[in-house]
Amino acid sequence: MLRTRVIPALLLRNRGLVKTVKFKSPKYLGDPINIVKIFNDKEVDELVFLDITATKEGKSPPFELLANITSECFMPLGYGGGIQKMEDVKRLLSMGIEKIILNSYAVENPDFVSEVAAFAGNQAVVISIDVKKNWRGRYEVITHGGTKKTGLNPVDFALQMQEKGAGEIFLNSIDRDGTMEGYDLELTKSIAEVLEVPLIACGGAKNVQDLGDVVKQGSASAAAAGSIFVFQGPLRGVLISYPSQKELRAVLP
Amino acid sequence: MITILDYGVGNLGSIVNMLKKIGIKASVASDAEMLQDANKLILPGVGAFDAGMRKLRETGLIPTLNELVLEKKIPTLGLCMGMQMMTKKSTEGIEDGLGWFDAETIRFSFSLEKAHLKIPHMGWNTISPRREHLLFTDFEDDVRFYFVHSYHVICHDESLSLAETEYGYSFSSIIQKENIIGAQFHPEKSHKFGMKLFENFAELI
Repeated sequence: MLRTRVIPALLLRNRGLVKTVKFKSPKYLGDPINIVKIFNDKEVDELVFLDITATKEGKSPPFELLANITSECFMPLGYGGGIQKMEDVKRLLSMGIEKIILNSYAVENPDFVSEVAAFAGNQAVVISIDVKKNWRGRYEVITHGGTKKTGLNPVDFALQMQEKGAGEIFLNSIDRDGTMEGYDLELTKSIAEVLEVPLIACGGAKNVQDLGDVVKQGSASAAAAGSIFVFQGPLRGVLISYPSQKELRAVLP
Repeated sequence: MITILDYGVGNLGSIVNMLKKIGIKASVASDAEMLQDANKLILPGVGAFDAGMRKLRETGLIPTLNELVLEKKIPTLGLCMGMQMMTKKSTEGIEDGLGWFDAETIRFSFSLEKAHLKIPHMGWNTISPRREHLLFTDFEDDVRFYFVHSYHVICHDESLSLAETEYGYSFSSIIQKENIIGAQFHPEKSHKFGMKLFENFAELI
């Protein structure tokens, strides 16, 4: 039987891995290569790797670092951050990154999503959507690392991206990011239920039980998380961990 | 020494990286001269069936491949689309496949009660061997592999199916005939389980 995927989402900021709270106050975790090696040893299902400053600072993806990671990582790997050219996409794919994650640029240039899908197949295109509740209590798509409002409704935008060729949607709740208050099940469900492609939910997981809940109650196809895989205890000491297959099977459908 | 065929399709980087990690010598071949010395071959592949077959045909390497695989009978492993290309045809396209197996490739199609299942079949799944094979030497109990595909192989001759996987129904996730093996999953993305499979493949004669 197909196992539900549980995916650590790792944030890169200027050569170091960090963890944010509501997309702010990045806390330094350590060297990306070391941390990724630990996750590899723990045989994680998949890794998502996001450079959170690439777009804001107009930088290209950190190819050298990613090449080091792919030579040590033997699981599916997705990368997002600063991808705006087919040349970058081809370079990432050839080094062994099989999922190209687009966020801000997919809003600016939706046809680029189709271009990547036509080249690499839909399964290689993941659209990352960052969502925040606005002052009216409505969900809105925010780009550029939580700094730029788009006025877009996440359900409509997710459907548009699916239409353009996205093979997966990676949904990140800015309000829940790093809070460990549980996933936004309502938001997750509202999008997952109208999509044909898989939705990966991210933002808010506090324990293994939450990973199961976002799949069972939120209708997500996969659960991603940050804090629970990198912090331990109330003081949030840095400790890389990943549940055992037995623990995961107990909570996942 | 394992030769990996480079015909402009597929994620060679990951395969090379994993073989290097487990200390198996590998070379990448993109022309007849490099290919003809191969004594063990990996045929990778991702993307659409027709695109893959056309690219392969453009290289002009198919006669050399047929000679190596069908006459010299060197151990050959097709991965994902590489496996599907070993069949006669695919409902994904109009191109002829290599036809090494009496099999074809079709899209997942689910009954109404399974209609909620997403296509592609994406993620980690298990395999159930249908018979003994050296490829399974020293496999652990909880062996699992990473899959991502919308089409799968059906064998006209059921004895060709070496292992099955369940997604909506049971399909052939490994096919094998003499020296030729096709695997639907990605060992190069499947941690120690993929490493073990490559090690076992490297031991085949």
